Amino acid sequence: MLIKRPHDVLPSEITPQPIYARRREFVKAAAAGAILATVGCSDDTNSAPDVGRQKLPNVTKSRFSSIEEPTEYKHVTLYNNYYEFGTDKSEPALYAKRLRTQPWTVSVEGECLKPRTFGIEELLKRPLEERVYRLRCVEAWSMVIPWVGFELNALLREVEPTGKAKFVEFVTALQPDTMTGVRSPVLDWPYVEGLRMDEAMHPLTILAVGIFGEVLPNQNGAPVRLVVPWKYGFKSGKSIVKIRLVEKQPRTAWEKAAANEYGFYSNVNPDVDHPRWTQKTERRIPEFFSRRPTVIFNGYGDQVASLYAGMDLKKNF
Amino acid sequence: MQPRQKWISALKALLFVVALVPFARLAVAAVWFPGVLGANPAEFITRSLGDWCLRFLLITLAVTPLRRMTGWNWLLRLRRMLGLFAFFYGVVHFTSYLSFDHVFDAVAILKDVVKRPFITVGFTTLLLLVPLAVTSTNAMVRRLGAKNWRALHRLIYPIAALAVLHFWWMVKKDITEPAIYASILALLLGYRLVAYLREKRTLRWARAASGPPVTIRRD
Repeated sequence: MLIKRPHDVLPSEITPQPIYARRREFVKAAAAGAILATVGCSDDTNSAPDVGRQKLPNVTKSRFSSIEEPTEYKHVTLYNNYYEFGTDKSEPALYAKRLRTQPWTVSVEGECLKPRTFGIEELLKRPLEERVYRLRCVEAWSMVIPWVGFELNALLREVEPTGKAKFVEFVTALQPDTMTGVRSPVLDWPYVEGLRMDEAMHPLTILAVGIFGEVLPNQNGAPVRLVVPWKYGFKSGKSIVKIRLVEKQPRTAWEKAAANEYGFYSNVNPDVDHPRWTQKTERRIPEFFSRRPTVIFNGYGDQVASLYAGMDLKKNF
Repeated sequence: MQPRQKWISALKALLFVVALVPFARLAVAAVWFPGVLGANPAEFITRSLGDWCLRFLLITLAVTPLRRMTGWNWLLRLRRMLGLFAFFYGVVHFTSYLSFDHVFDAVAILKDVVKRPFITVGFTTLLLLVPLAVTSTNAMVRRLGAKNWRALHRLIYPIAALAVLHFWWMVKKDITEPAIYASILALLLGYRLVAYLREKRTLRWARAASGPPVTIRRD
């Protein structure tokens, strides 16, 4: 497979380095007037607490990273969809602290010759890469997140998938005592997602164990989650406990909830609207007025469009 | 209990200020402290204004049951302002959607209104509120005649139902909040239905008991 450098950012959009380096001064100057009028108030009121933040050692850069400026840490960690902890975006940051992430194992099983269970310590010891990816939520907002993780294909190769392994099913954690959200039947718990085998083996598909060079916060799917950057965010399951290689296309949690709204593929596609809202544009968090045009495959078309050659993307949404 | 005119005026002035607080709070936050509006300030503002439109619709609809249960007839004199605030929040909710979501792009807005049922419903709700706001003055009540005016303003019932439907269709999956609003609306409309049926029965009973017809005023 030919992997090209993404040309998703126009050279004209890139701020010259000297100006970029002084960005905080510009922001401060612009805010000065407002600050004078409103002494004693800053938007630090909703920044995430620093407790328990832990650096991940030996993280290397990746050529697959976007050169876009990552979304601020506080937005990435305070604006989450993790329905097991509540459907409001502020709830996961409040309640996911309860999630037990130790001990944690991920069992890889199904259509493979060497099924096995990986302890989280073992996964954290793997060579880790930083991947700065765009994340496009099906709700038409987006972020840029510096994930830390490794390619899923590395893990899958170790269990030696058989010829029958056509799909991969991801089963996520279900802890009814820590997850207040699972008391209501919003979705069919545990949350299950799936990929086609070639999608799972694609080098852009990673298992993430961190963000911003640090251990993954619980609300972002600790201790290990999937990240598939060219699909809507809900395809990237959080807090994964089981990876099953299967012959038949798995039925995902969102398909069971509303198959006409959330298809198995759910590739980012501005030409296929959600039945209730448009997917043509998106709001980059935390931008106010501007909406950006959404790009097919979330801008990763150069790398992944070939996976869907000849497929009707409107039918297989 | 009939408080004096002075007190009613003071109460109205107070209500006016209080009813503006949700709007003022958002405006101040948007201009000076966007941080408190979270990661998606545009969505926060649009939804909050929509919430307040729905709340004012329900508060307006609560006036009659409350007045009947307590006998506080002066409550009726606050109803117009409450209804106009529902309209106000509907208008700023719509404006917020126009400006943040579409930056006033007429084509995109039209497509949205036609293609998305929840937006169609929201837009219809706002359109239906317009004649009620326009005919809210004393002069208009006189011009239309009380009977016609009352008939027209019964539009508030389908309007409130459409507003709840708009919210219901907007949420992705968790319908807890729209269900709460729907239950309150069901209570408020249910009260009227029961009152209406009782009146009809009383009327029939009265007609049967004494010769001349009895009229009972409803509003």
